[in-house]
Amino acid sequence: MTNIAIKINNCSIRSNKVNSNHSSINISENLPKWAFGFMATLTVVILFGIFIFLLISGLGTFREIGLGEFFLGTDWNPTAFNAPSWGILSLVAGTVMISLLAISIAIPFGLSIAIYLSEIASPKTREILKPLVEMIASIPSVVLGFLGLLFVAPLIAGIFHLTNGLNALTASILVAIAALPTIASICEDALSNVNQRFREASLALGATKWTTIKRIVIPAASSGLIAACMLGLGRVIGETMIVLMVAGNNRAFPHSFLDAVNPMTANVAIEIKEVVVGSLHWQSLFMIGFVLFMMTFVINFIADLLIYKKSL
Amino acid sequence: MNKLNLIVLIFLISCVMAYIFFGNNANDINNPQNTQNESLAMKGSDTEVQLVSNLAEAFTVKNSNADISVTGGGSGVGIAALINGEIDLANSSRAMKQDEISQSANRGLDVQEFILAIDGLTVITHSENPINQLSIDQLGKIYKGEIKNWKEVGGNDTPIVLYGRQSTSGTYNFFRDSVVNSDYSSEMKTMEGNQAIVEAVKQDTNGIGYVGVGYAKNDKGEPRQDIKIILLHGVGEPPVSPLDELAVKDGRYPIARPIFQYIPRLPLKNSILERYLQFEASNEGQIIIENAGFYSLNDEYRNKNQQLFNKIK
Repeated sequence: MTNIAIKINNCSIRSNKVNSNHSSINISENLPKWAFGFMATLTVVILFGIFIFLLISGLGTFREIGLGEFFLGTDWNPTAFNAPSWGILSLVAGTVMISLLAISIAIPFGLSIAIYLSEIASPKTREILKPLVEMIASIPSVVLGFLGLLFVAPLIAGIFHLTNGLNALTASILVAIAALPTIASICEDALSNVNQRFREASLALGATKWTTIKRIVIPAASSGLIAACMLGLGRVIGETMIVLMVAGNNRAFPHSFLDAVNPMTANVAIEIKEVVVGSLHWQSLFMIGFVLFMMTFVINFIADLLIYKKSL
Repeated sequence: MNKLNLIVLIFLISCVMAYIFFGNNANDINNPQNTQNESLAMKGSDTEVQLVSNLAEAFTVKNSNADISVTGGGSGVGIAALINGEIDLANSSRAMKQDEISQSANRGLDVQEFILAIDGLTVITHSENPINQLSIDQLGKIYKGEIKNWKEVGGNDTPIVLYGRQSTSGTYNFFRDSVVNSDYSSEMKTMEGNQAIVEAVKQDTNGIGYVGVGYAKNDKGEPRQDIKIILLHGVGEPPVSPLDELAVKDGRYPIARPIFQYIPRLPLKNSILERYLQFEASNEGQIIIENAGFYSLNDEYRNKNQQLFNKIK
């Protein structure tokens, strides 16, 4: 605590100094300051704006639907033949299942690629390989979805003796591929940024290369590695096109990774097109968007907390 | 300015921005459409999108200054866009629902119905499925999830995998209201369009799906060989194929249906919209409809369209 207090004191002393200087400096110095300040503020305004827009648009949902029915109901069928039902739990389950499986596929692969590129590969190999890995990011997700329909789904169907491969597992594999470059590339940056002296010191003490990586490099880069995984998770949760194409999108609550799922993103993408602006269905889709936003927001928030803790 | 003030300020600016978004939305809805120019925007049914594109193309050849855009998405998408005032014509493979008609009336629209063609909604399975025919009752139970195994309708002892459309689809609604008469089984996989159902059923030995009859035929208008078209029958009636034109037109095929186009209000005489609808109803238009695999109108529907044209002054 005392550390923090001292830091804050330092900051305030510094900013006082800057302010006193600025009063005497001409416009050409002030203008960029204001322009950049405006841009930075705009980002925050946009974030708050989206938050409020989603909340206001979505809150009307609860005038007609109970909180319990919305958050705990397992059947989402607003355009039902009989009585409409508004439970988002199976949608949330779809999103959570795909995200967790995809991220647990993508992290080991991404981290291995990063360790190889940063610690093992020769500089020449790295120069060729890293841009190639990053190029996966340039594959449009609709193309990944299409390749999934043509190749991955039949493959999964064959392995598990199903007649079709439109399920959570297929979607997770494809979404993991989409998230791979984000994770690999940022992990590699984090590992490369570890001071070379750490490695030299470790090797000088007689540690092997693998021990150095395990005990020195990875712990030293851990905040960056966590940030990379969290960014990857954000990409995975928000992915829409792939899950729309290969997840099967049925209404039933998923019980295994071989069940078809209907994630929140896909559901909103399908249904937002048919709703009349301002109707209950429209409002409820915005509420789903709000819940999705809060999920990614909380993940990023936790990531920031972890990174902050490590950097102290 | 201290921190708290800054946060309050940012919050207020955000509120204003959010409000501006809302204001714009409300204005867009109330803006009346300009239907006087030579452009037509159409949107809606995925079942109709290929057919309507063919018609629009032929119409544009004769009217070179016409600028027509046709997009799919589903009948519900088209009707929502019509009510929201975004398009000139909505393609719909189902009739408009009562609450949609009253919603559009509330927004000052006087929606008119035009009948485009007749479709024999086609039930398809994998080409190796031994089943050749189903009753409407069996079909309903299959999609309700009450019949879960092909054995129960005389086929192999394998589970049935249901393929259907998304809730935006008019075919989804038509099939549910005229065959299932209840909610679909929650196990039904929802696909992006007719073509996606054909592709899925082609590969899935246990699959069953429903598509517009035009999608069960190839480019030359012949029935596709890589899927099986199931014959359907009502209670105590002989099974009928959706490929039997006469049976579809006189209603002996149990799930024959008219497919529609909706316009927000009566068009002006000689406006592009009126000329386009006249073209669709003409013999030339009806030939294009037959070539796309759908069926031309019977006398009852022709008369209904004529009544619409008579109202245009």
